[in-house]
Order: sequence, then structure tokens, then C-alpha cells
Amino acid sequence: MTNGLLLRRKAVNAVMLTITGLCAFLAAGVLVYILGYLFVHGAASLNWNFFTKLPTPVGETGGGMANAIVGSAKLVMIASCVGIPIGFLAGVYLAEFGGGTFSFLVRYVTDLLNGVPSIVIGIFAYTVIVLPQKHFSALAGGLALGVMMIPIAVRSTEEFLRAVPVSLREGAVALGATKAKSILTVVIPAAKNGIITGIMLNLARVSGETAPLLFTSFSNRYWSEGLSQPTAALPVMIFTYAIAPYEDWHQQAWSAGFVLLTLVLAVNVIARLILARRKHVAR
Amino acid sequence: MAASSTVAASAGPARPAQSFWQRVRGGDEIALGITFLSAFSVLFVTGMIVWELWANSSLPRHQFGWSFLVTQTWDPVAGQFGALPFIYGTLVTSALAMLIGIPLGVGAAIFLAEFAPPKISDALTFLIELLAAVPSVIYGLLGIFILIPILRTIEPALRSVLGWTPLFKGPFYGVSLFSAGVVLSVMIVPFIISISREVIRAVPNEQREAALALGATRWETVWDAVIPFASKGIVGSIFLALARSLGETMAVTMVIGNDPKIKASLFAPGYSIAAVIANEFTEATGQPYTEALIELGLVLFAVTIVINGVARILVATAERGKM
Repeated sequence: MTNGLLLRRKAVNAVMLTITGLCAFLAAGVLVYILGYLFVHGAASLNWNFFTKLPTPVGETGGGMANAIVGSAKLVMIASCVGIPIGFLAGVYLAEFGGGTFSFLVRYVTDLLNGVPSIVIGIFAYTVIVLPQKHFSALAGGLALGVMMIPIAVRSTEEFLRAVPVSLREGAVALGATKAKSILTVVIPAAKNGIITGIMLNLARVSGETAPLLFTSFSNRYWSEGLSQPTAALPVMIFTYAIAPYEDWHQQAWSAGFVLLTLVLAVNVIARLILARRKHVAR
Repeated sequence: MAASSTVAASAGPARPAQSFWQRVRGGDEIALGITFLSAFSVLFVTGMIVWELWANSSLPRHQFGWSFLVTQTWDPVAGQFGALPFIYGTLVTSALAMLIGIPLGVGAAIFLAEFAPPKISDALTFLIELLAAVPSVIYGLLGIFILIPILRTIEPALRSVLGWTPLFKGPFYGVSLFSAGVVLSVMIVPFIISISREVIRAVPNEQREAALALGATRWETVWDAVIPFASKGIVGSIFLALARSLGETMAVTMVIGNDPKIKASLFAPGYSIAAVIANEFTEATGQPYTEALIELGLVLFAVTIVINGVARILVATAERGKM
């Protein structure tokens, strides 16, 4: 009787171990599958024209997405000008000066902002810039992406500054440095690598964002000049090309997807390796 | 003001009190001022988002009132705007995503935190966390060209088993609520796994040792001693995933079918709040079309803020529990 119960418990144990293991391998397998498929399909149709030519009209084969690549770079640059200074400085405040109710509030709101759907951020940029100016622009798209960068910049800066040992700060203050000077010359340099890695991850994330760009930077089949014209971006091109009914556009979408994913994953892998090594050294 | 007193305190009690201008020259007040302003601007930007959504949706809010949320007709030409089909599509696809994603995610998190050898656990976690970095438009691309063909092949089997329910009736064109739910489930699993795994690992070892010492099997240890301890954080991770799936735009837009009708069948095309904003915003002409879309944005914002707010508190208290 008890023997039967024991067997049953052991069986349940084995079954659940297997099931949870399958879950884990299935989840990780999805990535391998995605990568494999994208590499096979995307790399096959990728050629040099993709990086150097403008999109061709419907029906004409060939062409590339050079304008979208430059456009994406432009948008991410504008976003960095908005998101990184605000996020970095707010992170410094939370790590070095904060501690009261105000800091708690900022932290909480930052987390909430991080959870706001990207399309809603797009509406915000639309009402703030597109609506008064009455035209789509790189500026509006950049602002939307910039707002999306803020929460992650805040939290990663704060985290890495906090990881700097108190003894370093005490050493600086003991030598007569003011608080500002010790932050600027001791604490921030010590946390520099981590903060830069955080920024890289942040850039990789927003460079793949599509939804907030649809009605802010819109799209453009030609080069856009300056900041006040509609601007093409790689993720938006993927969207437009993927839902279009043309076979060669689908191929282009795969190429663009391949380029975007390679970029994003490469940054992520490098950043994670740097962070892992840093943790290892710290221990 | 509390912050400036910390500055003074850190200068050390041995120093004589400095005048305001001395401190300004030292840079402390400037640094505090600039960083404080930046921290404040996070609040300001968030407040601006709320204000812009609220102010720009005043027209439909006054015209339709609360009935906006329960009206089924979405006919821009006739000036009829009801959000119900989109709310329905958003809820159904997210529910389906949670139905698939929760068991898969929590199961995988348990395996990675408790059962897997450290090396395998680290390698799999690395891969799974990379999945979270894949842009949503790529999920949409894969949804159209990989997932839908796969679903087409398993559709007859699904129909023969579950065809008697109203959920699996009617023709299957590929783009559907069902496809959108499956794509969403793939997208949220990495979130559930990475947060749940952290929370489970944070459970004190005494819990495990006590259960094992009493003769529990490894699964019984996990299920009866570890999971109850971590449950709050796991629920938090599920809420975060839910908020994300409700607001997910691109992947859903590409596979949901974009049809503003309420149908019982999961095989029928539908529409979600985020998808209708993405598709119709640039084409919206005439009042209150754009404003109605902005109000949809407001609804989405409100729902995700509430869910996120609860989730953050749950995860934070669960992680504090480990100390």
C-alpha cells in the first residue's frame, strides 16, 4: 500500500520534471527556429543593393532600403539626444541624491512609463509635434523613441551607480572632494562600462520599434533631408513590405528582418557577455 | 528639500557649515539641481502623456460618453464609433496568449530555477532572454509566413477535436484571433520565464532543505514549499506579461485580420485596440475619427497602467521577501 504511494509520488516527480524540462527546451527552441528560418530566408535574398539602393516602384525588381537604414540611424540619434541625458541624469539623482518619497515616486512612475504600450507613446508624439506642425517628421519619430528610452536609461544607470562600492565614494570625500566632484570623477567612471552597455541595449531595443513611428515619422520611399520630413525606418519598412501582396516585397521584408535582427541580437549578445564578465570579476 | 540635507550631511560633520554660494561653487547644488530636474522631467513627461491623451479625446468622450466602450458599431463614414469589437479582440487574444503562455512560462521557469544543472540553465536562460529582445515586427513577419502555414496544417486536427464548441467553428483564413493569440503567447513567454526564474531562485534555501528532509520528492519540494513562497512574484510576472500582450501592436496587427466584428469563433478575423490605432490613425479624417482613436489609446493606457501598477508592487514585495 505505502509502496504503491511511493511509486506514484516518484512517477509524478519524474513526469513533472520531464514536462517542465520540455517547456524550457521548447521556449529556447523557438529562438533557434526563428534564427534558423530568418538566416536561411533573409540571408538568401540579401545583396549589396539592399544597403545602397532606394526602394523601387511596385513591379520593378531590385532596389534596396538604403534610405530606411539611414532613416533608422537618424531616428535613433534623435531619440538618444532626448532619452539618454534625461534618463542618465535622473538615474544619477536616484542613485546619489535620492532616498525620499520623491525618489520612490520617480522610480514607480519610471516603471509605469516602461509599461506604457509603444503605440500610446506614438500618439503622444503625434499630438505634441505632428498635430501642431501638420506634417510627419523625423523629429516626431525621434521624440517617440526618445521617450521610450527614458525608463530603461534611468533604471540601468541607477543600478550600475549603486553597484559602485561605498568605499570609493568615501575615499573621494576623505580627500576633500565635494559630492559633485566625487560623483563626476570617481563614481561615474567606475560605473562607466555598465552604463554604456545599458545604453547599447537601450538603443538596440528602440531601433526595432515600429508602432510609435507609424504616424510620427511615417515613411518615405526616397531620401529625407533634415529633421522635418517624413522618414523611412527599417522596422516600418518590414511591416509595409510584409503585409503587401507582392512576392518580391516579401523577399525584401525578409532581408530587412534579417539585417534588423542580426543587429539587435549582436548588440544584445555582446552586452550580455560584457555584463556577465563584470559580474564574474565582482565576485 | 530632503535631498539637499543629505548633501550637507555627506560633507561630514567635521566641516564648518558652508554658505550657499560656496556650495554652488563646489558644484553640489548644481549637480543636485540638474539631476533633480531630470528626475522630475520623468514625472512631467508621464503627466504630459496622460494630459495629451485626455485633452485630445475630449470630443468623443463628450459625444459618446461611457457608451463608447460598449457600442459594437465602428463605422467612421457614418460617424459611429464604438470600441467594443476592439476591446473584445484585445481581451480574447490576450486571454489565449495567457492560456498558452502561463503553463509554458512557469513550467520552464521552475525547470530552469530548480531542476536544470546550472550550466544548462544559464545557457537556456541566455537564449530565452534573447527572445525578449526580438523586435515585435519580426514576430509579426514570422507570424505571417511561418506560424499561419503551421496553424493551417494543424487546423483540421483542432477542428475534429474541439469543433463542437463555438470557439472553433467557421472557415479559417489564416489571419484570425487564434493566430494573434498564439503569436502573443510566444512573445510573452520569455517575460514570464525570466522574472519567475529570478523570483523562484530568491526563495530561501531553508524552504527546500526542510521539505527534502521530511522526505518530499524534488517535485513535491518545489510545488509545496518553493512555489507558494514565490507565488506573489510569479503572479506579478504574469501581470507584466498580460499588460504587455494587451498593448502589443505590430505582431497582432499583422496576423489578427483587422475586421471590427465580434464573432464567437477564434478562427474568425478580429481586431484589437492597438491594431486599429496602428492601421487607421494616418487615414483618419474628419472629426471625431482621430479623436476616437486617441480615446482608444487612452483606454489602452489606463488598463496597462493599472495592471503594471499592481504587477510592480507584487514583484517588488516578492523580491524584498528574499532579504
